[in-house]
Amino acid sequence: MSQMDAAGASSTTIEPIRVKQRFSPGRFIGEIAVEIFSFVMNTIEIVVGPLQRLIGLERMPYFFLLPNMLIFGIFVLFPMVLNFFYAFTGGTELFLRDRPYVGSANLARLFDCQNFLNPNSCNQDIFWRAIRNSVTYVAFDVGGIVIFALITALILNRNIRGRGFFRSVFFYPVLLSPVVIGLIWKWVIQTDGILNGMLNLFGGDPIDFRRSAAWMRFWVVFVSVWAQMGFYTLILLAGLQSIPRELYEAGEIDGTTKLRGFWHITLPLLKPTMLVVLVLSLIRAVQVFDHVFVLTGGGPGSATTFIVQYIFDTGFSNQIKQFGLAAAASLVLGSVLLVLTLMQLRVGNRGDDAA
Amino acid sequence: MSKMRWLNIVVVLMMVLVGAVAVQAQDDVVELRMTWYSDGNEGEVMRDLLDRFEAENPDIVVVIDEVAYSTGILENLPIQLAAGEGPDIARVTDLGGLSEYYLDIGPLVEDPQYYEDNFGPFLTWLRPPGNTDGIFGIQNQLTVTGPFINRTLFEQAGVEVPSDVSDEVTWEEWAEAASAVAEATGTTAMAMDRSGHRLAGPAISLGAQYFDADGNPVIAGDEGFRSMAQLMIDWHENGIMSPEIWVGNAGQYAAANEQFVNGELVFYMSGSWQIGQFDNLIGDAFDWEAVPNPCGPGGCTGMPGGAATVAINQTEHPEEVARVIDFLAAEENLREFHERTLFIPAHAGIASSGLDFQTDNPLAAAALNQFSLAATQLSPIAVDLQAYPFNRVVFDSTRDRLTQAIVGELTLDEAIERMQQDIDEALAAVSE
Repeated sequence: MSQMDAAGASSTTIEPIRVKQRFSPGRFIGEIAVEIFSFVMNTIEIVVGPLQRLIGLERMPYFFLLPNMLIFGIFVLFPMVLNFFYAFTGGTELFLRDRPYVGSANLARLFDCQNFLNPNSCNQDIFWRAIRNSVTYVAFDVGGIVIFALITALILNRNIRGRGFFRSVFFYPVLLSPVVIGLIWKWVIQTDGILNGMLNLFGGDPIDFRRSAAWMRFWVVFVSVWAQMGFYTLILLAGLQSIPRELYEAGEIDGTTKLRGFWHITLPLLKPTMLVVLVLSLIRAVQVFDHVFVLTGGGPGSATTFIVQYIFDTGFSNQIKQFGLAAAASLVLGSVLLVLTLMQLRVGNRGDDAA
Repeated sequence: MSKMRWLNIVVVLMMVLVGAVAVQAQDDVVELRMTWYSDGNEGEVMRDLLDRFEAENPDIVVVIDEVAYSTGILENLPIQLAAGEGPDIARVTDLGGLSEYYLDIGPLVEDPQYYEDNFGPFLTWLRPPGNTDGIFGIQNQLTVTGPFINRTLFEQAGVEVPSDVSDEVTWEEWAEAASAVAEATGTTAMAMDRSGHRLAGPAISLGAQYFDADGNPVIAGDEGFRSMAQLMIDWHENGIMSPEIWVGNAGQYAAANEQFVNGELVFYMSGSWQIGQFDNLIGDAFDWEAVPNPCGPGGCTGMPGGAATVAINQTEHPEEVARVIDFLAAEENLREFHERTLFIPAHAGIASSGLDFQTDNPLAAAALNQFSLAATQLSPIAVDLQAYPFNRVVFDSTRDRLTQAIVGELTLDEAIERMQQDIDEALAAVSE
């Protein structure tokens, strides 16, 4: 067979078939992109190749992490270290080298309190009002987010008509900037705003929301839940969809009611996801500032002033900028966030172990 | 070498040459940055003046960086200056508070005596403590705080305007009359800008001293201040004062312009800088007017204030900065600035010779006259408070702590105690 082939090949020449290709702009751009990509990769290879030989393959991940770590170091780690040193200085100078060392005086001022439950008895009463406001806010905000995100996820997990549309609707506010969110709701709830206009339309009396501490505390929580719920709904939805359907089918065969199924199948299996939602929303709630600052400015009085606003006002907004005191308050906030982050890591690790 | 090739070489060389010349020409032009904010049309007027300056001085370009007053001027500018990243020129209202960053252009301007003769008392507002002869900029807006009323609402309600029958109307009389008008017309009786500066004029009229014998700011024990603070609390409790402004906002300045412009407000305590805006926005929709400052045991005073255009000492081009300010300070240019912006002049020569304000609206002209008169009736305490370099510490604390008293977070005594503490702690930080 091979001899015949060889004889045939020697006796006849086979002309390659030429297919006349038409010019395609997409193909042309693709080819150029491939050329550029190859060029970039070859250029990188000039550096990376010898480096890999020098430090070894197992150390290469650190090289790839370096740019990110550099940015993290400059914009996160360095300011944190700087903040630590600022917390132990006084005066009003901006640069650390010009600021006098005052030891723990700033922290002592913050914690100079006769009764921590009564801000009026504290040297820095606004700081303690901010702490009290933050604790209340965190409780309602996180509670609201977890409950409403769970309810929404449960509904969206069902086979309802327009499910994709509703998922988008609930997620849309997550895409908005907090400043825009604050402005939109400010227009809604101001005395001559949309909400009072509607109340008026239906014969009700307008409500002076912005004058009432209780109402404004409600609105900052409501707006936060409205704005963030979509994000956490998606996480919970992913958690719900990972629960095997067989468990529900087995439950149904055994005559389990839907409520019982929710308590004994859904909730236990959703617990790791809910813990993630809880910790993430907790961290965000402690850091709350932007949408509240736009919506209420911290008022009425100091009813919606939270820790970050206290830091901002002390360090930047006032004529005499007390960077040291603001940095000390940041340390306190940082400590709280550290504890919450450790909680988050622990929750994450537990989830990994369980997996 | 072919002709074509030679042509190519010549073209390339010419392009390089043109580029080099352009770069060189650009190097010869000094670019100055001016940080500016606008309440009305002053940004446009300033741009027109600077365009003219640039035409006369082709070696200087002035770029105006327009910023928001609250965040740009009050919050960011001081940080920029402290970091050494300030502009060359800035429009500021914290006149003495930023004085350590001002450039003394006295040795650089053509005629320093012109500044002394015409801006004399206002130059001291810009000087840092201990400096007695520096020229740091020009006060090109003099403001005086005072009330506006909606006369049409008074007429509709059939209530007599108190200042029509008496030269010295008290705050209580105004509150009573405004309440009667508000009740009859379904509007809000009174509003005051959310500002310690706005509060200070009425407080001084009620006898507030603000300073002790040594010149230190003192609020605790100041009965005049306490009287005014109590009035504010009562007015909010009784619904006389609009809650939108002091209670509805926190931590920052807020104005009641919109309410007044919309004809929803009877009496509005603000200041002369509103005239241009009211002229534009209200027009002849209703009759508005500026009335004399209400009176009390301490007189019938408003607070002076305003904005200055200052040279910043971080500039790399001090001579060019001085040339710009010299141009803006020239009487004919400054006159045009005031006539077009409807700002009251601080320039003695212009003030004494009078201005032809560019408005056809007799209401605006009357308001300008009223505030010009008010500028001559200021209490010395008001002038001293405005000249005090750390007056914003006093203003901000009185504003925020009084709000806490209004909403019931603090009693008035506790609020006054906290005001004093805020002031003492801030001043202690300065001296650390």
